[in-house]
Amino acid sequence: MKITQDKLVYFINYVLLTVFLIIVLYPIIYIISCSFSSGDALMSGKVKLFPVAVTLQSYRAVFKYQSIWVGYRNSFIYAIVGTVISMVLTLFAAYPLSRDDFRGKKIFTVIILFTMMFSGGLIPTYLLIKNLNLMNTMWAIVLPGAVSAYNVIVARTFFDNTIPKELQEAAEMDGCSDFKFFLKIVIPLSAPIIAVLSLWVIVGLWNSYFAPMIYLDSQEKYPLQLVLRRILLLSQINLNQTSIDPEVIRKNQYLGEMLKYGTIIVSTLPLMIVYPFVQKYFVKGVMIGSVKG
Amino acid sequence: MAGKSKDTKIQVGHRKSFGQYFRAHWQLYAMIAPPIIMLLIFAYAPMYGVILAFKDYKVSLGIWNSPWADEHGLKNFIRFFSNYNFKECLRNTIVLSVYSMLVSMPCSIILALSLNYAKNLAFKKTVQMVSYCPYFISTIVFVGIINMIFDNRSGAIGSFLFNRFGINVLGNASLFSSLYVWSGVWQGVGFGAIIYIAALAGVDQEQHEAAIIDGATLLQRIWYVDIPAIIPTAVIMLILNMGGTLNIGYEKILAMQNQNNVAMSEVISTYAYKVSLVSTFPDFSYSTAISLFQSLVGLILILVTNKIVDKLSGQGFM
Repeated sequence: MKITQDKLVYFINYVLLTVFLIIVLYPIIYIISCSFSSGDALMSGKVKLFPVAVTLQSYRAVFKYQSIWVGYRNSFIYAIVGTVISMVLTLFAAYPLSRDDFRGKKIFTVIILFTMMFSGGLIPTYLLIKNLNLMNTMWAIVLPGAVSAYNVIVARTFFDNTIPKELQEAAEMDGCSDFKFFLKIVIPLSAPIIAVLSLWVIVGLWNSYFAPMIYLDSQEKYPLQLVLRRILLLSQINLNQTSIDPEVIRKNQYLGEMLKYGTIIVSTLPLMIVYPFVQKYFVKGVMIGSVKG
Repeated sequence: MAGKSKDTKIQVGHRKSFGQYFRAHWQLYAMIAPPIIMLLIFAYAPMYGVILAFKDYKVSLGIWNSPWADEHGLKNFIRFFSNYNFKECLRNTIVLSVYSMLVSMPCSIILALSLNYAKNLAFKKTVQMVSYCPYFISTIVFVGIINMIFDNRSGAIGSFLFNRFGINVLGNASLFSSLYVWSGVWQGVGFGAIIYIAALAGVDQEQHEAAIIDGATLLQRIWYVDIPAIIPTAVIMLILNMGGTLNIGYEKILAMQNQNNVAMSEVISTYAYKVSLVSTFPDFSYSTAISLFQSLVGLILILVTNKIVDKLSGQGFM
């Protein structure tokens, strides 16, 4: 009786997980299939699961669409520069805070933690960026969020738990300076946390659109997300083909629709390729984050 | 005072003066200086800027020289509280964040439990990896996908619902909150489950073995062994989330907003954005007052919930 009930529960559990798997995968497969389908099939809603009238036209349209690649390049630069700055600052803040002997630890911790609880809000920050003359520059996007209190606390907790205090004391006896110890011992021991935090920062920068939207004016500085916003949400697609021929207009409409699906795939691909490699550190990162100091 | 406290077990006996300590360890201060300076500029300077909320901001005069607002500087707040938008924004904000909190947490717990009892390791790993995938889709792309799939003419699900039941998902304001919350579950449940998976991994296996010997079924073991084990984590998550009730992620809402759903999708932060940076007659002071109200409520909620966590588990976060 008990055994059969348990077997049934295990079975139902597998069914549940399979249903879950399908729910998660379906939209993704659907979008991928759409990106390989013809414009006609898309507009009339013929695609349900598999591609209809398979074609690579949407990808051809994406590759020819100049502003996507400008956005790609910009996003890449912002993500790399922003992540390097953010990681250096985060680790620099986290290491002293992880040291028991660090005088002033309390005050610095409060200064950092308070930013998690209260912020000046949209307009004061906006005016600050304006007054600092950072408007329409990359710095308006990468600098304001560079030091995240949460990331600092996560890194600090990691250092606290993994760097043996005796090691630091021994190094100090041997005349090793704090910075040298940080560089030669702490950083090499911290690969997992650096990987997780970097991934979070990269994802945040790559996917953000609000800050670029309010701080950037010139289109040649637009990151990918703003270009995508025009294409996907505002349907402002510029195919550089003006014509009054209804046939051409209809064709362009189809092409525009196909372009949307192609851009989704092309823009999401980089993170999808990266995350499986860092995945094994997720649990660690999230666990450390949940045990705040 | 600090000299006697618990954290100085090494230093007792040869406690150096701060000057000596600083000379020996100035590098630590050199390291922490840049991040602290960044925070002073980008987090604390805007906090000073909130005085805008009590002023009548004139671009030509700047923050400091602009005149104080009427009604003892509270004009902007009074205007917001008496505005017909206020109730609507507050209601929408609370509905969206409470709804999503109540749905996403049980979903994460159920997924964690399910994964915990999936015996086939390869299958389990696959499900887990796939479950993280939506987390990496950007807000813009995500909202784009929602719009495509639920389009009542060309979208696979949208056209089905429209043709079968006459439901226009995207055009129906009353469906906005559900669309927002359940799409959020789709995107975040895999990540949300991680913390519970970790909590389940910490369950004492002996308890399970004892329960099996006592003839407990699997469901009974889940109910009497696993659930109690993850309740502390769940309570803390719930309480921490409550602190952020008003600070709902507006990027997604802003991207999902359209003419049809604006009545249900206007939240405090999107409203503050619209009256300042979008409006043809931008009112920076008014917007700052709205944000300040939101931040203060958030701050109070965090401090109160921190007290509660402290009382419940003895581990507040400060």
